[in-house]
Amino acid sequence: MSDKKEREPLFSVKNRKLLSTPLNKENPITVQVLGICSALAITVKLEPSVVMALSVVAVMGVSNVVISVLRKAIPPRIRIIVQLTVIASLVVLVDEVLSAFMYDVSKQLSVFVGLIITNCIIMGRLEAFASSNKAWPSFLDGIGNAAGYGWILIVVGFFRELLGSGEVWGYPVMEWIGLYDIGYKDNGLMILPPMALIIVGVIIWIQRAKNRDLIEENQ
Amino acid sequence: MQELINIFIKSIFIENMIFAYFLGMCSYLAVSKTVKTSVGLGFAVIFVLGITVPVDFLINKYLLADGALAWIGPQFANVDLSFLSFIIFIAVIASMVQLVEMVIEKFSPTLYSSLGIFLPLIAVNCSILGGSLFMQEREYEGIAEATVFGLGSGVGWFLAIVAIAAIREKIRYSNVPKPLQGLGITFIITGLMGIAFMSFMGIDL
Repeated sequence: MSDKKEREPLFSVKNRKLLSTPLNKENPITVQVLGICSALAITVKLEPSVVMALSVVAVMGVSNVVISVLRKAIPPRIRIIVQLTVIASLVVLVDEVLSAFMYDVSKQLSVFVGLIITNCIIMGRLEAFASSNKAWPSFLDGIGNAAGYGWILIVVGFFRELLGSGEVWGYPVMEWIGLYDIGYKDNGLMILPPMALIIVGVIIWIQRAKNRDLIEENQ
Repeated sequence: MQELINIFIKSIFIENMIFAYFLGMCSYLAVSKTVKTSVGLGFAVIFVLGITVPVDFLINKYLLADGALAWIGPQFANVDLSFLSFIIFIAVIASMVQLVEMVIEKFSPTLYSSLGIFLPLIAVNCSILGGSLFMQEREYEGIAEATVFGLGSGVGWFLAIVAIAAIREKIRYSNVPKPLQGLGITFIITGLMGIAFMSFMGIDL
């Protein structure tokens, strides 16, 4: 029995997997079905989607580390309240930062910044991963899942802004290409909330068509 | 009275939690496989929203909002604690859910056994916190408005989950493309239902 524990390198294969699987195979939105609530309403334009994605990355990375460090000190019976408190304090920080430096965006996001608290991805990963793993892997897991959540948000935001108002990040791309002159019209339906769901549905469709393991058979 | 009915109708149809704001989607997608369980979860949501929104309303009005502490004394008139509202609201929701669970367990074991597993889920249901935050943002005047808004949002959520569960039960017999089965088609149906619900927008209340 060797008492010398082998140290894992910071980016071992296992750790890199933690970071990369949530991007595709275990994507929180399209596969684990977590965190859809706050995701869809703010994807009308690209900018708020990116801000939201970054906020979630920040909150998830930090909260996963905090919970993972405290995991032995938290009595299991009250862990949900402890987790919620940690998340809520971080979200308050994010909210204050946003309203100080990016007031317009924070107005657009309105209550949805607050709803990061009940974003099921965060609670879900805290429960499933951070409360039983060391700090560094938990951090990677948090960042990976938040990134998997973020890229869906950004893709949806991109398409909705492009097709709905003919812009990307506020720049009138469609006008530059000159599509309006040949009779192109913006699709006003894209701006309305239900289209976000349909776009995510299509993303799921494409992803599962590429990755047959993910297909759910009718039970 | 007219005002209250307007808020009720508005929060059920026009500002439906699911179809207009996508709140509570996680449990909406996860639990909507059969009508029976979704009815249970729907009732639990109505119940909890109907309690937490007025409680949070009182807390917001007398503790958190700008100048809300004036009732203690004039020196507190300038205190603005609204940055604490996230933490306080979520704490209220988590403890309310716990309390409601214990009360139901004590007084109505049958209701408890049907709602039982759903109650803890509700603490992290975004529509509950969303209800409180919308209540704060829209600045309802009295507790009656806040309660009606909470109940209405709950009823709207109930309608949405029961409807999708019924559709999902039926769609099992149809020939959906394989990669779209399960989650994908549910998303798209929800989107279509959302478009249908948007026709209520024309109603001016």
